[in-house]
Amino acid sequence: MANKLEVLQTALTTILGEDKIQSLKQALNEVTLEVPAAHWAEVALTLRDHPELRFEQLVDACGMDYSDYQEGAWTGLRFAVVYHLLSFTHNVRLRVRVFCADDSFPLINSVVDVWPAINWFEREAFDLFGIVFQGHPDLRRILTDYGFVGHPFRKDFPVSGYVEMRYDPEQARVVYQPVTIEPREITPRIIREENYGGC
Amino acid sequence: MAAEIRNYTLNFGPQHPAAHGVLRLVLELDGEVVERADPHIGLLHRATEKLAESKTFIQSLPYMDRLDYVSMMSNEHAYCMAIEKLLGLEVPLRAQYIRVMFDEITRILNHLMWVGAHGLDCGAMTIFLYAFREREDLMDCYEAVSGARMHAAYYRPGGVYRDLPDEMPQYQASKVRNAKAIEELNKNRQGSMLDFLEDFTNRFPTYVDEYETLLTDNRIWKQRTVGIGVVDADRAKALGFSGAMLRGSGVEWDLRKTQPYEVYDQLDFDIPVGKTGDCYDRYLVRIEEMRQSNRIIKQCIAWLRANPGPVITDNHKVAPPSREAMKANMEELIHHFKLFTEGMHVPEGEAYAAVEHPKGEFGIYLVSDGANKPYRLKIRAPGYVHLSALDEMARGHMISDVVAIIGTQDIVFGEIDR
Repeated sequence: MANKLEVLQTALTTILGEDKIQSLKQALNEVTLEVPAAHWAEVALTLRDHPELRFEQLVDACGMDYSDYQEGAWTGLRFAVVYHLLSFTHNVRLRVRVFCADDSFPLINSVVDVWPAINWFEREAFDLFGIVFQGHPDLRRILTDYGFVGHPFRKDFPVSGYVEMRYDPEQARVVYQPVTIEPREITPRIIREENYGGC
Repeated sequence: MAAEIRNYTLNFGPQHPAAHGVLRLVLELDGEVVERADPHIGLLHRATEKLAESKTFIQSLPYMDRLDYVSMMSNEHAYCMAIEKLLGLEVPLRAQYIRVMFDEITRILNHLMWVGAHGLDCGAMTIFLYAFREREDLMDCYEAVSGARMHAAYYRPGGVYRDLPDEMPQYQASKVRNAKAIEELNKNRQGSMLDFLEDFTNRFPTYVDEYETLLTDNRIWKQRTVGIGVVDADRAKALGFSGAMLRGSGVEWDLRKTQPYEVYDQLDFDIPVGKTGDCYDRYLVRIEEMRQSNRIIKQCIAWLRANPGPVITDNHKVAPPSREAMKANMEELIHHFKLFTEGMHVPEGEAYAAVEHPKGEFGIYLVSDGANKPYRLKIRAPGYVHLSALDEMARGHMISDVVAIIGTQDIVFGEIDR
């Protein structure tokens, strides 16, 4: 297994070349490749079609919002899209992360022509994180309600949301109103310093 | 006057019984032929992934049951595996066998539900009743180990919650059943849970034969499924198919064989593969998978009988200490307190763990920044990808075939909407 990943890493470095690789790491038996957004469409095609790579299937793709990582210790770009690829030919997986260049308007090239399976994943990342995929044929919201405002999986969006829905007997219809529940946190989020408690 | 030809747009669901939950499908029709199918999903969206970010690792575990609510333990399995991967945690061998056994029980549970509902969608009423009869026995196994028939929360990071019980719960006499009937019902519940399960595995192959006599050569069943929703092997890969949907198209790919986890590499079982990639082939694949799961369960029972041992890791930063130890030992008391108030800390990093779920590849992508809660959790649900291919599969088919295709995709909205 580990050997296979070494082979993959060397193949990636030689095939893609220095300028298209932002970083290439191996951890926990998984290879993570970071690609600059400008090269992503081109790299995606190579990943799928090159005989030494042959990542035929896109398993998963998801948006990421790093703004709150380690309680604000993050200095890099805020939004990224993380792709998980699978090669049936070589029986190996690859994770690709592409950061969106602009934090205020995250934009990235769609790869729906390369892997048709990504269609709904890109719609999901658009819906939940507000990442815009250039070239997507049908970029509509997918999981949230019709007419929903905002991108709920961003870290600055509260878990309880902004509006709630109830039936109004006077108007005899369902109405939206500002949320009435108080947000609360029962178990606080804690990051312990290293070697805390001797482990 | 020439007849006016018009295209219709039909709204299918979300309350339609064949929509398997809350699927709203907007169909553009030319006569009765589907020109475009646009699934509207998200009616069951509960933002599980967002909720998990505000809960400790162990508190999010029961949410996993509620994703794909007909194959509960498989969901938990992927979640636990992702945490264990980040922690670098070794799971005791007995726990691995228990997990594999319950994964396969879950697979049978799922496929029984599927064959019943799919049959019902296509007009075969009887199969539904038979399938639910067997589900009852397996749910009793769920109940015996976890106390819950469905939402078990039995797998934990580092193992399983507790060892298999030595006795099965028994039926009690009531107004509607006399002592003799009760005795009959309790006949296979005299021994341990493993005895009960073994009795089931001995009976189950004949049950599968029964299902096959109802469907496999049934003329109506074949008319409804043969040649419907055909996807060839390359297209299935490109569309992101996994599990029975992929194998039905003739791709020999099963994570239990190709990327084995737990103890699957030590067990003897076969992977059924289809040929044409239509609904009928996927039906045959799933029926055979039930037989293979039965084989795996039998091997697990034999191993578990012979090898007692711990079922959860002894790392008390992850799993609680025993009650006796907790009450007698200060160190253990502190561990217990810290674990249940603050929760475990998972080292910084990211991991993707996938299992061969009854529906396909179910994956958990977990990002931790070192806190006691996940930074980001992404659930890769197989049904989500399969449903996104519905448009392509249904194009050119009749409305009634759309129902057969929804059935064959084995859709459950708990995992699609998350």
